[in-house]
Amino acid sequence: MEIPYTISTRPDTGLWNAKIGIWLFLASEVMLFGGLFSAYVFLRLDAQPGEWPHGLLNVPVGTMNTAILIMSSVTVVLAWASLKMRRYRPYWWYMLATITCGVVFLFVKLYYEWPQKFEHYGVFLKPEVREKYEQYLGNHRREEKGLEPRIEITGHLENHEALKDANIKEYEIAVDPIYADPNNPVNDRPHFLYVPPTDKVVKIGKEDVDRVDSFGPWHSAYFASYFTITGLHGMHVLGGVLVFLYMWLPVSKKVYQRNPEHLANRVEVSGLFWHFVDLVWIFVFPLFYLL
Amino acid sequence: MDASTFEIHHDAHAHAGEHEHHELGFWRKYIFSTDHKVIGIQYGLCGLVFLFFGFSLMMIMRWQLAYPGQGLPVIGKWLPYFFGANTMPDGKMTPEFYNSLGAMHGTIMIFLGVVPVAFAAFGNFVVPLQIGAPDMTFPKVNAASFWAFAVGGAIMLTSFFVPGGAAKSGWTSYTPLADIADKGQGFNPVLNGQSMWVLGFVFLITSSLLGAVNFITTIIQLRAKGLTWMRLPFFVWAQFVTAFLLLLAFPPLEAAAIMQFMDRTAGTSFFLPAGMIVNGVPAHISGGGSPLLWQHLFWFLGHPEVYVLILPAFGIVGEILANNSRKPLWGYKSLVFSVLVIGFLSFIVWAHHMWLTGMGSTVSAFFQTTTLLISIPSVIILSAFFISLWGGSIRFNVPMLFVSAFLPMFGIGGLTGIPLAFNSADLYLHDTYYVIAHFHYIVAPGTIFALFAGIYYWFPKATGRTMNEFWGKVHFWPSLICMNVIFLPMFLQGMLGMHRRWYDGGQGWTLAGEHIWGLTGFQWNTPISWAAWIMGLAQIPFIINFFWSIKHGKKVNDNPWEATTLEWTAPNRPPHGNFVTPPIAYRGPYEYSLPGRVKDFTMQNEPVEPAERSRRMAEPAVVH
Repeated sequence: MEIPYTISTRPDTGLWNAKIGIWLFLASEVMLFGGLFSAYVFLRLDAQPGEWPHGLLNVPVGTMNTAILIMSSVTVVLAWASLKMRRYRPYWWYMLATITCGVVFLFVKLYYEWPQKFEHYGVFLKPEVREKYEQYLGNHRREEKGLEPRIEITGHLENHEALKDANIKEYEIAVDPIYADPNNPVNDRPHFLYVPPTDKVVKIGKEDVDRVDSFGPWHSAYFASYFTITGLHGMHVLGGVLVFLYMWLPVSKKVYQRNPEHLANRVEVSGLFWHFVDLVWIFVFPLFYLL
Repeated sequence: MDASTFEIHHDAHAHAGEHEHHELGFWRKYIFSTDHKVIGIQYGLCGLVFLFFGFSLMMIMRWQLAYPGQGLPVIGKWLPYFFGANTMPDGKMTPEFYNSLGAMHGTIMIFLGVVPVAFAAFGNFVVPLQIGAPDMTFPKVNAASFWAFAVGGAIMLTSFFVPGGAAKSGWTSYTPLADIADKGQGFNPVLNGQSMWVLGFVFLITSSLLGAVNFITTIIQLRAKGLTWMRLPFFVWAQFVTAFLLLLAFPPLEAAAIMQFMDRTAGTSFFLPAGMIVNGVPAHISGGGSPLLWQHLFWFLGHPEVYVLILPAFGIVGEILANNSRKPLWGYKSLVFSVLVIGFLSFIVWAHHMWLTGMGSTVSAFFQTTTLLISIPSVIILSAFFISLWGGSIRFNVPMLFVSAFLPMFGIGGLTGIPLAFNSADLYLHDTYYVIAHFHYIVAPGTIFALFAGIYYWFPKATGRTMNEFWGKVHFWPSLICMNVIFLPMFLQGMLGMHRRWYDGGQGWTLAGEHIWGLTGFQWNTPISWAAWIMGLAQIPFIINFFWSIKHGKKVNDNPWEATTLEWTAPNRPPHGNFVTPPIAYRGPYEYSLPGRVKDFTMQNEPVEPAERSRRMAEPAVVH
């Protein structure tokens, strides 16, 4: 006996095997990302005032990546529709467009957004000395307005050797615009456009500092979840791209020539996966970039 | 993919599997096979080996508990050569090694032993045969599932041999302890016990995900013609719900495992609160994490996992019970709905493992209620099984012996769980030997006995021969007695207040302790340990019987137990593709001893005679 319903549908369920398979797989994926997102909620609700950073990500770039992913979701549907109409050429082009979108997304993430974070530093001040740095923090005014206090000073670290060398007694940091002008109402809310650090260098004595960390996963619970979730999401994007690549290469044309419906079904299930990966990003973007 | 072309086997009995279109080589046929039966047997053999290995770890621990600080005789001086010099110098167990053994005993028994055998082995071998399918829907995914399991198991085993030894933070790997264990000087950042435990888990979870997708799709899509949902054998229902539990409960643990791995290697603080002091030094961490988060994610898997362990056992018990009491399974529909309700409720009871964390009384009240609710379907199932015995002419063959032991043993395990469901009672009993006794009664003389029953029962289908009855009984009776000598006193120890993780078996504490039946809690360790070692010996007849019977057991026909379900219509040692012709089901799964029939059993594929049809007008003969 052969395994039935690999391509044709079973009459009483109206489905072929892989379609059930992919939906079950996606249910499992929902629980996987659900676990991570619930960790985000848990940690964010637990965070003390000022502990959860805002506005540290590049919103325009994130918006662009969002648009790229949504576009790829459209092109993958068009690719599938082309196959359903038995038109291989348009399929080939739409698939290429989808793959390109996925690659561009990953490229932006890996070669632009992530590396930028590792150059940025946050200097966490001991609670008792924050008053000393009031001119950079502007906490008096924030308290009056009922805003969360600032607990760190961020920017580009000018003397990296201070991290290792115990003889250097202070950190020199070219601060972000917020700390150059802390009482300006423009800085109450995160900026939409990315603003590079100023050339104003602030010296912070080591005895005043709790810890200094770059914006890596070790910086805070916020960046820990950011890197973990976007990392896992990136691996899903990569997986999707590899699967699409396989379906785009000549090897899959043979499947098409043998039974075009077979390839259409394959594109349909991998397209469902792609939509899911897209949907995860739709949650990631507001949670990390905007809120 | 034309379903109407079927291969005809002229002599499928004698030369099953040799009449293929193309003869597969040894490697493709037995090692990298995509055939569900071979994969099932691979899972089964690996799982049984892991079960015995995990049990052996406990047998070593039992020496330390009964005779703390004394050198282990005979094998004690050899173990350091195997596990490393720092584990048992002069045969005396170090505290670190004791912790490793405890953590790995739990991990191996559950995730590498019972789940692979109960779900993957029996599910793979039996489910497609019972639903009249040629194979699983995704044979390659099925093979990938086994190999992911094999890699995960290999990683877990290898972790014994890295510097520092295997994971030692308990099988639950509670944070922050697990985050900071096996770290720092002398430890590789990745190749250390705890990190490898986490990595091994990622593979095991992938394996169970692939298996679960396959099982559910197979049961939905590949049921034989006429095999409607309410004609499915109870075992198939049990596996169906189990697959959903694995599909949905395991991923949050994978998320947690990823986060713990990040904590251990990438410097994140998912589970680390601010201000931690490790070895007297303030830890350089960002803080802001929550140790409780790990517990929530772990038990969100952990509790459904309990039902992953017990539901397949229910399924096996149901099949064997109906077959050997020669009666229809009593209350088939209530059994099916109970299993479904258990599946649903098992997702909302997890926090009853966390009464001591101070979640707050509202949360506790909620989980206390759901926990008590879930005992209702469990009691329905056990009652239905007991009632099924009523008035039957019971055949006490070896599978049935194990099943009849399962019923009271599971009953003890289940009923002793009720005090733990109340948070006020649990405050006292939490983390004592009482808890150990409670869940071992469910898993050891419960699930594992059901697994033995299943092995004796389906052995003829896989090999064409039965296992020896006499040696089966020699296996059964000592195992049953030892199980009870091991676990019954643990209830007493637990009620005396003995903590489950004490390295010295409670020797220091017991000086002030009370006596119960003439022995202190500590002194009870001695009979328990001896029973454990004797039970180890009692498995030898099983092992010999198992391998000896493959070649030399009594040859039997395709349906040696005179059973009704579809797997017994397939030839013994079913060939690739299983059935000679696609089976059609005309009736329910348990038509035993029905009045007016010639035989005392009617198989599901026997067509309905006109006389019978008029009797059951209400139901159409074939429903697709």
